[in-house]
Amino acid sequence: MANFSDTLGEWLRPQKNRMFILLVLAAIAMLIPLASSNYVLEVMTNVWFYVMLCLGLNIVVGYAGLLDLGYAAFFAVGAYTTGILTSHFGVNFWLTIPVAVCCSACAGLLIGGPTLRLRSDYLAIVTLGFGEIVRIVARNLEITGGASGLIGIERPSIFGFQLNQIVHFYYVFLLLAILACFVSYRLQHSRMGRAWQYVREDEDAAEAMGINRVAVKLYAYVIGAIFGGVAGCFFAVKMTAISPETFMFQQSVLILLGVVLGGMGKIPGVIIGAFALVLFPEVFRGLGSMRMLVFAIVMLIIMLYRPEGIWPAKKS
Amino acid sequence: MSNTILEINNLETHYGKIHALRGISFTVEAGQIVTLLGANGAGKSTTLRAISGLVRATSGTIVYRGEDITGKSAHDIVKTGLIHVPEGRKIFKGMTITENLELGSFTLDDDAERKRRMEHVFETFPILYERRSRDSSFLSGGEQQMLAIGRSMMTNPQLLLLDEPSMGLAPFLVQQIMKIVLQLNKEGVTILLVEQNAKVALKLADYGYVLETGKIVIQGDAGTLQQDESIVKAYLGE
Repeated sequence: MANFSDTLGEWLRPQKNRMFILLVLAAIAMLIPLASSNYVLEVMTNVWFYVMLCLGLNIVVGYAGLLDLGYAAFFAVGAYTTGILTSHFGVNFWLTIPVAVCCSACAGLLIGGPTLRLRSDYLAIVTLGFGEIVRIVARNLEITGGASGLIGIERPSIFGFQLNQIVHFYYVFLLLAILACFVSYRLQHSRMGRAWQYVREDEDAAEAMGINRVAVKLYAYVIGAIFGGVAGCFFAVKMTAISPETFMFQQSVLILLGVVLGGMGKIPGVIIGAFALVLFPEVFRGLGSMRMLVFAIVMLIIMLYRPEGIWPAKKS
Repeated sequence: MSNTILEINNLETHYGKIHALRGISFTVEAGQIVTLLGANGAGKSTTLRAISGLVRATSGTIVYRGEDITGKSAHDIVKTGLIHVPEGRKIFKGMTITENLELGSFTLDDDAERKRRMEHVFETFPILYERRSRDSSFLSGGEQQMLAIGRSMMTNPQLLLLDEPSMGLAPFLVQQIMKIVLQLNKEGVTILLVEQNAKVALKLADYGYVLETGKIVIQGDAGTLQQDESIVKAYLGE
């Protein structure tokens, strides 16, 4: 496994090979709905959804090096913003997206502002607490529908065309995943991306060279939160129902798992992680309730033998 | 005093309950090389960290070019030309030399100026130019130190705080680094040099202070300190 992916990494180094692979993969992804059952489409839509979430968390964990155990909270903020605005106030779905972006960015600021001065392990505990607070608040407020959540969220339409079949959502989520890849790539190679890298490697040295570490981390937090928030908006209209149980601690852990499993900070790695996350339990459905156990064992093995993640590290 | 660039008054810092600096005062004259000597744990590095804002001063003041910079954050202090080259070099492994140097000019928007400064660094350290696109984790200790100093030169420093640049280097490399320090000083950079290797530091410096458990115990012209056998033996080791 390790050898295979190293060879693959070697072959992928030239830009030309990379572009070729990307085009082929994009074509395959576009064509999947032509020859698939609804079940496959449902699973693949879920994959694209997790790709977006994992790429969002990757900005926080992989780029800025901050451990976040409550990422589902941002996803929840986005989903509930859309859910509440469309079902209680009759707002058009597309107009709820900017509101959700603002709300999740604010949530990122709210949790990040006071806590980012903490060392990373304390930060992990605070984010874990924050994740649970959001879920419990959603469970107890009237406007969020309490424990039963919000049901009957209206499906969106675009230019009079209503998105109501799984194939529509497949393309929507594929588009979101591609957008997330693009934004991640641009961020990674931006000035901010370099600042994240410096701060992640050595905070003091970065600070001594004029980088405001708190501001830089806060940016990562807010941008990661926005990714989660937007994913949440689309999740709400795809499912048409959301409940607090969707945003449990396990959800946060699962997203984090996708990031770590594939390889923190590496976009293709994170995508592979998201695939593994969704596909594995589906492929091994035959094992019944044992499958999560097998899943856990496989992940332990990968982490033991390849702690840097599935995707090969950049060599120079 | 004629032209004081840095003035420290009764500076105190704490690490939790540990009283690291117990009220130290000293000055650095513009254009000079001033050295801060002392044994391990005397508070030399802490002094530098407090000046550059990486550690908060619990009391006392730090005045740089007539401006009180006590309590300012490190990334703001950098913009004033007061640059700290931390202990242990803090090179970014996995990045090339050029990328490491670019970090030094992170706050600079002017690309032409960045290029000019980088050329200056490469003139000063030809070996860095030869290896400019290599991963910095393959550099030797001496080359890493050169890179750390080169990176600080990218910020166009007025006052350079150097923390143990000779640490772990072979004697001939120490000489080479010290020559560079002298050259920078001739180019107009004021230098505050922290060293355990007192002999080397005093040879270079104009003025010296000796720290012991968070206090300044001796000060004087480098030449005088160098000649005083008892001082060298008692505080600086052989």
